[in-house]
Amino acid sequence: MTRASLALVVLGPFALLGLATVLTWVERRLLGLWQDRHGPNRVGPGGLFQPVADGTKILFKQDWIPPFADRSVFILAPVIGMMTVLLSFGVIPLTDTLWIAGNLNVGLLFILGMMGLGVYAVVLAGWASNSKYALLGGMRAAAQMISYEVFMGLSLLGVVMLAGSFNLRTIVSAQAGLWFIVPQGLGFCVFLLAGLAETHRLPFDLPEGENELGAGFHTEYSGMKFGMFFIAEYAGIVLISALIATLYLGGWRGPWLAPALWFALKTGVVVVFFILLRAALPRLRYDQLMALGWKVLLPLSLLNVMATATVLMLRATP
Amino acid sequence: MPLALVPEPPPTLADTIAAPLPPGGLLATQVTADDVACLWISPASLRPVLASLKARAGSLLMLFDLTAIDERERTHRDGQPEGAFTVVYHLLSLSRREDEVRIKVALPAHDPALPSICDLWPNANWYEREVWDLFGIRFDRHPFLRRILTPPTWTGHPLRRDHHARATEMPPYSLTEDHEQAEQEAMRFDPSVWGMKRHSEHSDFLFLNLGPNHPSVHGVFRIVLQLEGERIVDAVPDIGFHHRGAEKMGERQSWHTYIPYTDRVDYLGGVMNNFPYVMAVETLAGITVPPRAQMIRIMLAELFRIASHLVFYGTMAQDVGQLSPVFYMFTDRERVFSLIEAICGFRMHPAWFRIGGVAMDLPNGWDRLVRAFIDDLPARLDEYDAMVMRNPIFRARTKGVGAYTTSDAVEWGVTGPGLRATGLAWDYRRHAPYGGYDQLDFDIPTGECGDCYDRVAVHVAEIRQSLRIIRQCVDNMPAGPVKADHPLTTPPPKARTMHDIETLIHHFLSVSWGPVIPPGEARCCIEATKGVNAYSLISDGGTTSYRTRIRTPSFAHLQMIPQLCPGIMIADLIAILGSIDFVMADVDR
Repeated sequence: MTRASLALVVLGPFALLGLATVLTWVERRLLGLWQDRHGPNRVGPGGLFQPVADGTKILFKQDWIPPFADRSVFILAPVIGMMTVLLSFGVIPLTDTLWIAGNLNVGLLFILGMMGLGVYAVVLAGWASNSKYALLGGMRAAAQMISYEVFMGLSLLGVVMLAGSFNLRTIVSAQAGLWFIVPQGLGFCVFLLAGLAETHRLPFDLPEGENELGAGFHTEYSGMKFGMFFIAEYAGIVLISALIATLYLGGWRGPWLAPALWFALKTGVVVVFFILLRAALPRLRYDQLMALGWKVLLPLSLLNVMATATVLMLRATP
Repeated sequence: MPLALVPEPPPTLADTIAAPLPPGGLLATQVTADDVACLWISPASLRPVLASLKARAGSLLMLFDLTAIDERERTHRDGQPEGAFTVVYHLLSLSRREDEVRIKVALPAHDPALPSICDLWPNANWYEREVWDLFGIRFDRHPFLRRILTPPTWTGHPLRRDHHARATEMPPYSLTEDHEQAEQEAMRFDPSVWGMKRHSEHSDFLFLNLGPNHPSVHGVFRIVLQLEGERIVDAVPDIGFHHRGAEKMGERQSWHTYIPYTDRVDYLGGVMNNFPYVMAVETLAGITVPPRAQMIRIMLAELFRIASHLVFYGTMAQDVGQLSPVFYMFTDRERVFSLIEAICGFRMHPAWFRIGGVAMDLPNGWDRLVRAFIDDLPARLDEYDAMVMRNPIFRARTKGVGAYTTSDAVEWGVTGPGLRATGLAWDYRRHAPYGGYDQLDFDIPTGECGDCYDRVAVHVAEIRQSLRIIRQCVDNMPAGPVKADHPLTTPPPKARTMHDIETLIHHFLSVSWGPVIPPGEARCCIEATKGVNAYSLISDGGTTSYRTRIRTPSFAHLQMIPQLCPGIMIADLIAILGSIDFVMADVDR
């Protein structure tokens, strides 16, 4: 392992955390813009240092663990949440030759696996808090994330079939002629919705659902442990956006600009779209969310797999 | 020779009341300043009379109000039966204005008690609890006769005349640790006491204490949920956290200085709350309000209706998870407030109505400001329709959720948009036009199935109707004085004070002590932002009210929530709470 790649492994996660922190500011400013108000604009130029102020405040908060909570699990939960997101980033190709950790030829499977583990963070947090609102949030999260994982994987199968690989770099290379968003439009839509549900963002933010459950699974969390959930959520948004950019929008590919810049640009557009959705949409009800998943999105993703396979077979037979 | 048939008006409910009464049942009839039939009956005949009235009047007879009066210190009771307490049942017929009737029962000082009428009108439940709590009058066979507005540890019954009214009449308060423990212990939730089971055949229930601190209960409302998974099996609301003794304060403040207190009852309604209060005082004093003052009052009340409905609209969208609308609607509400500020000099609680008129004439250029606003808002409302009302997720969350029928609504005393959403075009401004509303043209928007969506839709349509009313006010604002020329108005007329000593003395007394309102009883209703709001005032010929009763719409609306709960999810309950449009100050007073 070269020194450069070692540095990347060490510094990469920190850069990501920094990025996620800045994203909290971006989201608040954008929401402010769309909601006819200012948003945080006092700390630093345009309020840019607001995340620093927030981070400092959150670090100095009392590290409170409720006496009724299951101590070890209560501490473990946010760590899992943070780790799974950061690990997933390791295998996403930033350019043709640049990864944080390295090129993995089952990269996509690895990311799906990590997302699967990410459910534990929310479920364990809800369970270990030993509080009713947290429990309800944890229950919702478990049901939601497990069901949406099913067709998140299925919706990706189309991409995998077209590229013939789980390797993310191969997948990007396969989009040299045409971005996969065109042949895989349906799969893209399903993946986008599943991604929203995975990161529990509006309109799928039921595990938190502040109008109903206070704060849902992290009701009892405060200080830096809450901060970890918070940052992990934003890192999760970046992750899903980066995945969408990689799988459907041609990754680093693009004319004129540097590849890394293209990648960042595409990811950024998807992130902003996520924020726009939050500004625009109300929240689904729990049973409606499950019905949408199992009755609409699952059949659609199966249909997508079948259609892709049929087209591929027809093309393969002379 | 054929007799000319002169159609006689059909007899009113009050006319026919004697029929089921046993001999001696009807004790007296009382004439009140508000011309509502008022009958005194014996305690024994109470239930038969009410049951027969309900049977004869059909489904649109509402138990509008149930309250009590402590008569022990009252001097002007000519012709009224002897008694230390009076319980008042106020029945409102939605189909015919003349059928409104007030039934009074006199009770002794020692252990006053009456049979409960919860089986006749389900909404009597909370009203009887309130009377028990505040007056100490028992209701036999009541299912859950506990304190409702004061804490369970309270001693005494606050609305009795001998109960202290202010903290300064009590020894200094100190909270010892034991006392704190005891108070906390009294708050403990025990499902069996609240009438809930802990287990079903198959499972244990989860009890969730929603509120009094919760983002979606719009203030300090507590509702305890019995859950199976996320489905609600049963729900019990608990109120009283916002109780400030507004009715007790009415017995302390002068007629004039009570006006600002009314603003804060429905704190989103502003001067809308002054309206029924000053009208009731004017009825007692026999003051006729000049036309310009009437029109100004209506215009401001409708502006406040818009402001309140905008808050409702935004928070409702917020409650189903939509983040942005509330910001746009609060921006519009700011514009309403800047209008109100330009006219009254104050934003949320202007206390701008006066006994006999309003505080001041309109400022120069007011019509330009108002016109600019009413020209501008409809386009913004169209945008909100696209954003909220036509949003498929919003529709999915609200359509078919929390529906009730017209007859349910009447049984539970629901008025306002919640009643109109069920399809009944009933609006107090039409039913019994007050304060000049008979000169204005407006429609009564209705819904179809009385679900959350319809309630929101009715609110939105009402904003447009209010704009229409305001436009008519602007176009046809009469000239003339803004306060009646009457010695009992406040502040009293000053023009001739420097000419003769007698007028100066009267003016001095009226300003320093407040006007002396002639003895009598009057009740005035208005169609407030959330439903029918009524002030019942009793004057004993003094400078303060002898009894101030505030009948608020939110109180009735909250009481029916448990009816809508069984089988729904928590998220539906939040949508229902949002769509019902209540503020806790309006519930607890």
